[in-house]
Amino acid sequence: MTATSAPAALRPHAEEAFAEELGALAAADDRPRPQRWRLSPWAVATYLLGGTLPDGTVISPKYVGPRRIVEVAVATLATDRALLLLGVPGTAKTWVSEHLAAAVSGDSTLLVQGTAGTAEEAVRYGWNYARLLAEGPSREALVPSPVMRAMSGGAVARVEELTRMPADVQDTLITILSEKTLPIPELGEEVQAVRGFNLIATANDRDRGVNELSSALRRRFNTVVLPLPGTPEEEVDIVARRVEQIGRSLDLPAVPDGADEIRRVVTVFRELRDGVTLDGRTRVKSPSGTLSTAEAISVVTGGLALAAHFGDGVLRADDVAAGVLGAVVRDPAADRVVWREYLEAVVREREGWKDFYRACREAGA
Amino acid sequence: MSVPGTGAAVAAAGGVAGAPGAAGAAPPPGPLLLGVRHHGPGSARAVLAALDAHRPAVLLVEGPPEADAVVGLAAHKEMRPPVALLAHAADDPGRAAFWPLAGFSPEWVAVRWALEHGVPVRFFDLPAARTLALGDEGGEEKEEGPAGELRLDPLRVLAETAGHDDPERWWEDVVEHRGVPPAGPAGARPADPYAPFTALADAMTALREAHEGASGTPAGASSEGGAGRRRDAVREAHMRLRLREACGRFGDDRVAVVCGAWHVPALAAGATAAADRRLLKGLPKVRTEITWVPWTNERLARRSGYGAGITSPGWYGHLFDAPDRPVERWMAEAARLLREEGRTGASPSSPPSVSSVSPAHVIEAVRLADALAALRGRPLPGLAETLDAVRAVLCEGSDMPLALVHDRLVVGDALGTVPPDAPAVPLQRDLARLQRSLRLRPEARERELDLDLREENAAARSRLLHRLRLLGVDWGEPVHGRAGGTGTFRETWRLRWRPELSVRIAEAGVWGTTVAAAAGARAEALARDAASLAETTELAERCLLAGLGEALPAVMRALADRAALDTDVGHLARALPALVRSVRYGDVRGTDAAALREVAEGIAERVCVGLPPACAGLGAAAAAEMRGHVDAAHRAVVLLAGEDLLTRWWSVLRSLAGRDRAPAVPGLLRGRCVRLLLDDGRLSGEEAAGLMGPALSPGAPPTDAAGWIEGFLADGGMLLVHDERLLALVDDWLTGMSGEAFTAVLPLLRRTFAAYEPGVRRTVGELVRRGTRAPGGAAAARETVPGFGEGPDPERAGAVLPTLRLLLGERAEEGAARGGAEGEEVTAR
Repeated sequence: MTATSAPAALRPHAEEAFAEELGALAAADDRPRPQRWRLSPWAVATYLLGGTLPDGTVISPKYVGPRRIVEVAVATLATDRALLLLGVPGTAKTWVSEHLAAAVSGDSTLLVQGTAGTAEEAVRYGWNYARLLAEGPSREALVPSPVMRAMSGGAVARVEELTRMPADVQDTLITILSEKTLPIPELGEEVQAVRGFNLIATANDRDRGVNELSSALRRRFNTVVLPLPGTPEEEVDIVARRVEQIGRSLDLPAVPDGADEIRRVVTVFRELRDGVTLDGRTRVKSPSGTLSTAEAISVVTGGLALAAHFGDGVLRADDVAAGVLGAVVRDPAADRVVWREYLEAVVREREGWKDFYRACREAGA
Repeated sequence: MSVPGTGAAVAAAGGVAGAPGAAGAAPPPGPLLLGVRHHGPGSARAVLAALDAHRPAVLLVEGPPEADAVVGLAAHKEMRPPVALLAHAADDPGRAAFWPLAGFSPEWVAVRWALEHGVPVRFFDLPAARTLALGDEGGEEKEEGPAGELRLDPLRVLAETAGHDDPERWWEDVVEHRGVPPAGPAGARPADPYAPFTALADAMTALREAHEGASGTPAGASSEGGAGRRRDAVREAHMRLRLREACGRFGDDRVAVVCGAWHVPALAAGATAAADRRLLKGLPKVRTEITWVPWTNERLARRSGYGAGITSPGWYGHLFDAPDRPVERWMAEAARLLREEGRTGASPSSPPSVSSVSPAHVIEAVRLADALAALRGRPLPGLAETLDAVRAVLCEGSDMPLALVHDRLVVGDALGTVPPDAPAVPLQRDLARLQRSLRLRPEARERELDLDLREENAAARSRLLHRLRLLGVDWGEPVHGRAGGTGTFRETWRLRWRPELSVRIAEAGVWGTTVAAAAGARAEALARDAASLAETTELAERCLLAGLGEALPAVMRALADRAALDTDVGHLARALPALVRSVRYGDVRGTDAAALREVAEGIAERVCVGLPPACAGLGAAAAAEMRGHVDAAHRAVVLLAGEDLLTRWWSVLRSLAGRDRAPAVPGLLRGRCVRLLLDDGRLSGEEAAGLMGPALSPGAPPTDAAGWIEGFLADGGMLLVHDERLLALVDDWLTGMSGEAFTAVLPLLRRTFAAYEPGVRRTVGELVRRGTRAPGGAAAARETVPGFGEGPDPERAGAVLPTLRLLLGERAEEGAARGGAEGEEVTAR
């Protein structure tokens, strides 16, 4: 896994894309740094949350959300406890973990992707079988995993989708996290983690129960739940910005002024998700889907494509209605009732939502 | 976190602007003015230290002077905070004001110190007699916006200005930990016990200047500043007068004052006694009484006579009580709480590992809290850091167990007690007053009371009894099933006063000062805690009976919430009739039932949406149960009689009636829907026949068809007698059936027909025997109906018209036109 820093990379690593900001932060940072940390905890938090340095450098916010979340995450890494980022899909777990690793260790590439097929070798070490056969077991024949390299280098390793891994593979992390050592019984040796080593894992809230973490492993982690956007404005902002980016990359014709529909989609998603209307006056049932911000983005993008290619170029209620219906009604029986109730009890009465109500009825409630 | 009484004085170096650094501990000249944050443990400790150092001869405390009479009770061994001073107008307990005190309140600490040291205590605020009288003109809690916030909790504003979310933490950080290095020993305290107060007084002076500058005019006579500010000026004038009086008697240096920090500059400022007296002149006055009442931590969070409420009384209490290592102790306490909850299985939904909170967890949580404090640049962890650490380590990121920690530890469930010799609570007086005015004397002997609710006095008595029942004071119990129980105008009660009811009244005192207010507050609390939809509906009914219009919105809201989240159409349909009854009952009693109606319609709406999917694919038993729900909902919807709603309901019934393909609605329900529509005149005979035909066609399963018949004919067979077409369809179906199928449906049919009156049964039988093959109709039918003439006889039918007109008014003609049999039905209704 050699880092390719060729300029043509489709998506550069965080530490490359934001090298300038990291450099400026390191220069301005006069607070004590834990051993092998590139920045002080304070500077790491600033890197993620954004701010302006004394020398005028503007640090762009990487994570828009409660300050508390980032502070707890950084403080956790500083206490040498491992960090578990939990959240529903689309809450920027991977994004946060990448930037944390980049800011703390200057290297976000020590990554293990958890899948149902992830094997123990990916977490511990594998063997170069040609050398193993030719020379017998030796350090040279051993292929270290990203975790092992992070341990010996004192860096932050990342495990994505921890709960997708089989339980036995997950449990190989226990020794690593509690004893901070990785034994190699074949060689009668061990790799001891040096200061600065830590681990960030992400897990999907909705995967709970698939491969539940054993309580022994769970105990080694501090858990931070990444929330969905706090206010409607925040969410509208995120959706609008992402929709614009995606639209550009898909070469969709520009559609003027979709702000109203975006606001409506976000409102519908938030209300169904939270189980209560935005004014807090009416309770509604929640459907089985997650209705995350990421889904709102895809609904609006789909609507934009419809409006641009088949409509009159203006994003209207008809363009998003089908998408909203598809996102809400995941379970054909139960969700349909939830959606109908919501339509009749909330949307029908709402001022200025007549067209949306009609469009949703037509989309087949 | 500092600890009172532990040595190691650390030199105070450059903390708060203007704080004197000298460690000489010489009190400032003049009376000792201790400005505090109400309910601030930091303030409380500082007050204690200052009082210990100063040893005043008299103590003046912010609070109503009437309380001087009962202050001695504070030292009573059965007095346990949180408690509150309660002043109320003697003739109107509803006009009341509270001054709550927690164990960590500076005022409480000061009062206890004074009582222990034999120092006289005087409350020196404006008398409650005057504040309650003034209460009508604007009230002191009315001042909103940043200016009001500033006056109510100036320390919070100061803290927020400095970028801290928690004023207590700010106090600790800035005042108590001045010069203490972050890693320094816990237990260091400022050497000069007066320094915090001097600094605070300076800060308040600056704040008040900014505050008054912002509002444009100096405090005092201006009406622009709002009632709150005028009130402040008056209060401070009174405080100054009393202070002068005390200084005159005990000497300037022997007086100590504990009051909200906000008032300190005003007390220090020179204003002539004459000017102060002028301000106080001509204030209205009411006769008041004062007593101690038990209080709860939860209620400490409310605004009251002592300004802003606090959100974390439990945490403050812990800060005040913990002898050392408050964070560690608090974490251990949180771990114990989570372990206990896990073991008792009180929260089965939480992940199992939460129940296994180990000491290792506690250690990690404390470490995380420390790291967070360091990251945020605080000398020591505060509530925010501690809670973050609990969430991340002990609760595994979940907010659910954290809510438990919040309720039990951050807020706390402490309930104060008051010695029995405290003056009687106003609720008791209010009840006594009501008993007098309604001439309803408490008697130990059991007796029955018949009330005709149309009489004003009887209605008031009924309301009182219902309200008391809501408060758990079962003085009267309603008697059902007697002769009086039939109408909504009569109520029968069995009355008996038992001595323990007095105790209940005293307990109910926490809910309010009058029977009505207390019952309302209790109803709202019950609505919050009600577990099921039915419970909430019942509560709404009780609120109506008790005439608690003010509590109704809260109950309605709970009801609407429950209904929105209830996925079982059956529950909704079952709740509906009671609710509709309440709507009508509310009308009878003249209460405003608009809100109730809105909720009822909301539920009906939800039934409309949820019914079609709930009716699909049901088994025989489930279909029978659902039929009951459909009937109940139908009756309720018709009673509600909202135009829009009725239309929707009918369209739902219609869609149900027609759904015979997968996902099919059982025949029983389809038949029932057709019948309901037919009875309401929403379907013509032909349409009904059109729906009946396919349902009874050979293709339909015989049992389903028999179910259809049962649903359709359940309310009597008159229909078959009068509509030849329908009878012919039934007959065709029956005769066209195979022998086997007939055996299968026979029990069902028997059940249906056995319920008919013998006459109807016989007539139907005769009709069939004569051979009612009369597909086209009217002409054939005319000859074959036994016992009836050829069509209606206008003369004989006309005989009932005058009576009908009398009963039904304008609609009489319409009823008569529909024929004799229908006329009978109309009259029966």
